[in-house]
Amino acid sequence: MLDFHLTKALHTAAGPRTLDVALALPPGELLALSGPSGAGKTTLLRLLAGLDRPDAGFVRCEEQTWYDGPRRQWLPPQRRPLGFVFQDYALFPNMTVRENLAFAAEGQSDKNQWVNELLELLELGELAARRPALLSGGQQQRVALARALARRPRLLLLDEPLSALDLPTRLRLQQVLADVHRRFALTTILISHDPAEIARLAHRVLTLDLGRVVGVGLPAAPPTPATVAGRVLAVLPAGRLRVQLPGGAEVEVAAPSGYAGGVGAEIALTVAVGEG
Amino acid sequence: MPSDYWQTLRLTLALAACTTVLLLLLGLPLAYGLARSRSRLRPLLEAVVSLPLVLPPTVIGFYLLLAFSDSTALGRFLINQLGLSLNFTFAGILAGSLVYSLPFMVQPLQAGFRQLPRSLAEAAATLGKSRGTTLWRVLLPNMKPALLNGAVLTFAHTLGEFGVVLMIGGNLPGRTRVASIAIYDEVESLNYGQANAYALTLLVVAFAILVALYWFSKRDARLS
Repeated sequence: MLDFHLTKALHTAAGPRTLDVALALPPGELLALSGPSGAGKTTLLRLLAGLDRPDAGFVRCEEQTWYDGPRRQWLPPQRRPLGFVFQDYALFPNMTVRENLAFAAEGQSDKNQWVNELLELLELGELAARRPALLSGGQQQRVALARALARRPRLLLLDEPLSALDLPTRLRLQQVLADVHRRFALTTILISHDPAEIARLAHRVLTLDLGRVVGVGLPAAPPTPATVAGRVLAVLPAGRLRVQLPGGAEVEVAAPSGYAGGVGAEIALTVAVGEG
Repeated sequence: MPSDYWQTLRLTLALAACTTVLLLLLGLPLAYGLARSRSRLRPLLEAVVSLPLVLPPTVIGFYLLLAFSDSTALGRFLINQLGLSLNFTFAGILAGSLVYSLPFMVQPLQAGFRQLPRSLAEAAATLGKSRGTTLWRVLLPNMKPALLNGAVLTFAHTLGEFGVVLMIGGNLPGRTRVASIAIYDEVESLNYGQANAYALTLLVVAFAILVALYWFSKRDARLS
């Protein structure tokens, strides 16, 4: 159970604002944090981790008080059992992949076995002896996630872990995140801008704008392909058609195989709805 | 004369080596604090650290000479309470060197700390690592060029020290007579050959140090 109410002065493009968020997460919930840049998403994560100091409020995690403004209690980040994945991954360049994990797992009684298990779980076995500089973005991301898990945290905080990756890598890592979440059932907060990613991973989504909560609820259903009727305007060479969509927009598409209709005929088009 | 030569050279190298080691120990926490500080007093402290860059060495030497003498409260405290009579001793010129070479150590280290992404130290904190562990195992190993740069510049700068040593230390063979002062002294006595022996040694050593520095930093750039 993570329970918090945090306030902190924000400097946004629209002038000074106050970040003010209160929420309780049941154990094992995966919460997505969404909203435009400058909304205070990263700030909220840093306040929960203890990397920045809140102005007021409290944070409690599993009966342990991490922060209590009125009582002046403050647990430094070192003593909060959490894993944090940074936007820039923040892997230690002087250590190999295995050393990064082993450094994080120091103090665990089964350190070596646990590191091996994490390497296997995140498919990093073949990269174990490499330095971070020689890894691709998606590989670095997996190391960062494994390293965050190495301390056996009670809470996992992910700051836009997938936004810098190309779509195929992102889809694969969403699966990795889902697997990791299923396996460890960690209470998790994930910053994401991608509705499809949120729909796929999160139990709830909290939307912030300029420090204020503008919505908490279930993730929107993932966008599904829709079928619309278009009117053929012209038959072009090389088996292509110019088609008018219901909204009036014109597109050029490949003709369905065996298409025999002429100008003015109606055809069914499958349209993938773009992601906001 | 050769025994003089080796004695002076040993003293010069000992002074440079002691200054470098002590300044590494003193400079690291200072540079770390300066690099992370958001205090309004930081510019003041930075100015104090950089002052030896712009002051004539004789000015530094003059005030240290006064500070170490029994005519000031500090000097009396050093002499009477701690039994430290610093003027015209090796400890005295070492203290002067520490002040004089301070910016040559602190500035490269401070730049080295600043170049590291802040998230490295933060990531170590979220992994439960103390500040000391973070410094020793994460920050320092990732700023080796800055460490090397600070150490080499400090060493080389101390080799060439003249004004400060002359003011506080004078020219006592085996105690405070370093190579640069010996050169001046030999020229004064028209012993150009002996002066040349010292001067040439300093020239070769300084050149070799710089070549080694650039060779290492080139290799480092290729590796990373």
